[in-house]
Amino acid sequence: MIERRPILDAISHLVLIIGALIVIFPLYVAFVASTQTAEQSATSPLSLMPGTEMINNYRTVLTAGASGQVSSPPVSRMLWVSLVTALVIAIGKISISMLSAFAMVYFRFRGRGIFFWMIFVTLMLPVEVRITSTYQVISDFGMLNSYAGLTVPLIASATATFLFRQFFLTVPDELAEAARIDGAGPLRFFKDVIWPLSRTNVIALFVIMFIYGWNQYLWPLMVATDQSMYPIGIGIKTLISGGDSAVEWNMVMATMVLAMLPPGLVIVVMQKWFVKGLVDSEK
Amino acid sequence: MAKIHLKQVKKTYGKGPKAVDVIHGIDIDIADGEFIVMVGPSGCGKSTLLRMVAGLEEISSGEVMIGDRVVNNLEPKERDIAMVFQNYALYPHMSVYENMAYGLKIQGLPKAEIETRVQRAAQILELGALLERTPRQLSGGQRQRVAMGRAIVRKPAVFLFDEPLSNLDAKLRVQMRLEIQKLHKALRTTSLYVTHDQVEAMTLGQRMIVMNKGRAEQIGTSAEVYGKPATTFVASFIGSPPMNLLNGQLNAEGDRFTFDDGSSVNLPAAAQGARAGAGARILGIRPEHLQLGHPGLTLEVDLVEALGAELLVHTRCGGQGMVVRCPASTEVATGQTVTAGFEPSTVHWFDPQTTHRID
Repeated sequence: MIERRPILDAISHLVLIIGALIVIFPLYVAFVASTQTAEQSATSPLSLMPGTEMINNYRTVLTAGASGQVSSPPVSRMLWVSLVTALVIAIGKISISMLSAFAMVYFRFRGRGIFFWMIFVTLMLPVEVRITSTYQVISDFGMLNSYAGLTVPLIASATATFLFRQFFLTVPDELAEAARIDGAGPLRFFKDVIWPLSRTNVIALFVIMFIYGWNQYLWPLMVATDQSMYPIGIGIKTLISGGDSAVEWNMVMATMVLAMLPPGLVIVVMQKWFVKGLVDSEK
Repeated sequence: MAKIHLKQVKKTYGKGPKAVDVIHGIDIDIADGEFIVMVGPSGCGKSTLLRMVAGLEEISSGEVMIGDRVVNNLEPKERDIAMVFQNYALYPHMSVYENMAYGLKIQGLPKAEIETRVQRAAQILELGALLERTPRQLSGGQRQRVAMGRAIVRKPAVFLFDEPLSNLDAKLRVQMRLEIQKLHKALRTTSLYVTHDQVEAMTLGQRMIVMNKGRAEQIGTSAEVYGKPATTFVASFIGSPPMNLLNGQLNAEGDRFTFDDGSSVNLPAAAQGARAGAGARILGIRPEHLQLGHPGLTLEVDLVEALGAELLVHTRCGGQGMVVRCPASTEVATGQTVTAGFEPSTVHWFDPQTTHRID
């Protein structure tokens, strides 16, 4: 908006405030509920005033899982599993897709086009479509209930390969030629030129892929049958499973708040580079 | 320092019936320490040829020798060359110093040696104060100097320049042209320089190669190329405005030239093109060799362009376009009919079939 009018300013602020409230309110409710006792958090309507049980509740979920009837591993264990999974997925995805994009852009080999299209086509196949066969493979390899089983099938990434390919295509050819004349071999060129130039892209992808890995639900649900290998997403679900016993909403909410922290932290810490990586390609 | 020999160098893209020849067999001997300019319109294959010498482009057939070695199958780094690119190709994330030192670092030279060489190059190119900056903090001219510095520090046998000045503005281009000349005087390294700018070609090169459609039309000094163009292409490419080329017939005696529209001109004895006999000819004469007001050709003035120091008079002669260059003081107006004379020795004759020069 070019015009500077107080009334327009006020309207824009109003809209933004409403939007922010809509986003923040559920988070606030979750936090409030996590500080109350089980009885308070089960009442309807829920009190919007924080309760007194905050430290107690968080200590319980972190060390022992839920307080009573429901069997569930401690949240600290689930956070650890999620953290390892998300990191392995994010780092694995970036390394593999960067190298394959590098191969596709800078090397001429037979079937280059076909390889690109094979990878590109898998963009259209979400995990869910091929989940049965993938499960069969993982189970035959004896990788159920292991970190490998949780991460390996999710590491190959057409999206990241495609993004890196597009980025490498914008790097001027002369740079590769200058490096060749300077005597740098392909790996040297990758390490000295391509890697530093793609750093912002790597960070942006890392944030996206970390959250992707953190939020996995369907795949761990199939692969992790042992409670000790549950990631946090499944952990929340087990807390709600209910049955005869009442759901301890304060525990559920505390687990949720804890589950939201790491991805939030990743975004806050990497926000500056993340935005830079999305908007400017540093050339 | 090294000689360069190109022997029947050819470049073909594609295979079988779809193959396209872009370079049709080029032979050149470049002496040690010589500065050679390859000039031609875009798409004439001059950059491709340079890249074949550099090793960035495969050589389809023929032989490229640098020094005493055939380098056809050598990697660029093994050819002992350095190249300056049109868009500089500086590593954007490295400082000026790192850019210049990178090649040396890969060669594994000791740190102290790298430091001396880079400092020396920076001193020659007046980059001393900029060594810590990154390329994006430099102006175009400075970037170009860094690119040249990167080439110098390697002390190569051959410098290759791929249109290094075409991204600069006109004033800077003149300045950098002088600097390149100075640099070559100081270093005496064999240099191969590609450009589409004929002024660069005339001023920089000891010899030039005028290329057209993958062929070397003429190889010679600027005086030779300007004074005795080998083909009509060279005649029209070198010189600004280009040489006037008029189609017509020469009579059997060789003293009368009839233009395609029937009008004709008597030729003074020394300009007669009788040596190769009568027939269809192209008469070539440079705009600066025509003198308005002298007897000779009859011209109708279409347009007068004033360039300050001189006038370009666009005229029609025998139904064909003809440009005359004359001092600004000349009084001439659009629509006038004027005459123009010429020194007999300044006339060039070409065969319209082969476009080759007839002497």
